[in-house]
Amino acid sequence: MYNPRILEVRRGVLEKNDLLAQRLRARFNAAGVTVVNLVSSPGAGKTSFLEYTLRNVSEQGLCSAALVGDLATDNDARRLARSGVPVRQIVTGGNCHLEAQMIADHLEEWGLALEDLDLFFIENVGNLVCPASYDLGEHLRIVLLSVTEGEDKPLKYPVMFNSADVTIFTKMDLAAAVEFDRAAATAAVQSVHPGMTILETSAKTGQGMREWLNWLTAFHQSHQL
Amino acid sequence: MHELSIACNLVEIASQSASDAGVEQVQVVRLRLGALAGVVKESLLFSYDIAVAGTLLAGSRLEIEDVPVAIFCSSCQTITTLEGIQSFCCPLCGQPSADIRQGRELELIALEVADVQPPHT
Ligand SMILES: Nc1nc2c(ncn2[C@@H]2O[C@H](COP(=O)(O)OP(=O)(O)OP(=O)(O)O)[C@@H](O)[C@H]2O)c(=O)[nH]1
Ligand SMILES: [Mg+2]
Ligand SMILES: [Zn+2]
Repeated sequence: MYNPRILEVRRGVLEKNDLLAQRLRARFNAAGVTVVNLVSSPGAGKTSFLEYTLRNVSEQGLCSAALVGDLATDNDARRLARSGVPVRQIVTGGNCHLEAQMIADHLEEWGLALEDLDLFFIENVGNLVCPASYDLGEHLRIVLLSVTEGEDKPLKYPVMFNSADVTIFTKMDLAAAVEFDRAAATAAVQSVHPGMTILETSAKTGQGMREWLNWLTAFHQSHQL
Repeated sequence: MHELSIACNLVEIASQSASDAGVEQVQVVRLRLGALAGVVKESLLFSYDIAVAGTLLAGSRLEIEDVPVAIFCSSCQTITTLEGIQSFCCPLCGQPSADIRQGRELELIALEVADVQPPHT
């Protein structure tokens, strides 16, 4: 007897990750910590940007920590640790993105007191595709676009730029040398995500870092209300 | 390339839904895939055949329904679908809109199944 029929299901394929991310976000909210997920193509300057940021938020009397994902090495974690804040590495072993489960597992093993933190940064794996689909429980997803990689990147990776909350043009000290077309890059960002906040920085010269830190602090404070 | 990992998640929840319903054989798995889900259809179809091997879903076919992005335009007070995902402007009046109402779906919607015995006998 062969009896075909339709079984209705309606389940999100990423439901496990989404549910865990919601739980993480609830934990972060309860602890009063603002969580930032940094994404970009490989080498756009996440670690350099974060190193600068960590040093400066400490000077402002804010407590922070960072979790950094890397395919194979702990180089980035060693660089970030120089800032003096707690840093932990997630070696993804070839996995091209971080998932909420990895964040939960590492927080567990780390034993970090979230309540003592103001800001918690996650450096995602350098990849503009896969990390877009995975909510990590962050409050802010920040996509970095270096001036050397082409103004049309947002049009090539619209899903990531659409999913992010803020775009940061990095390596601005090189803008003139590579004839970075700010207007074209801005138009590309606005085309795939109308109204997105755009900031410009250089981790080398410190250009724009003050504005970024002010923006972040203001977000953190309004988020605490 | 995260489509293989997505395919494994899909196979896991589809198998679970099937066995919860006491289903013995699945012919078709139906998925809704939004243009903003960040998943490449061809890669997912390819990965699916790898992911089903040795599971309850072995031999089944994945059917993907493409879901375009739909945005709400506050000027027109209308929801319209977009052709692509590179320009989030209202097709009627050209006003940009970040108010997305559809297009992030990555959802298992149904299974076409066969029971060896009709469930009611
Ligand atoms: N001139 C200049 N170079 C920069 C700047 N920021 C980063 N770099 C350089 O760009 C290269 C990559 O920087 P990283 O900070 O390691 O980039 P990343 O995004 O963390 O790289 P992955 O983690 O491997 O994806 C390094 O050689 C940095 O020195 C900047 O603001 N100006
Ligand atoms: Mg890095
Ligand atoms: Zn309109």
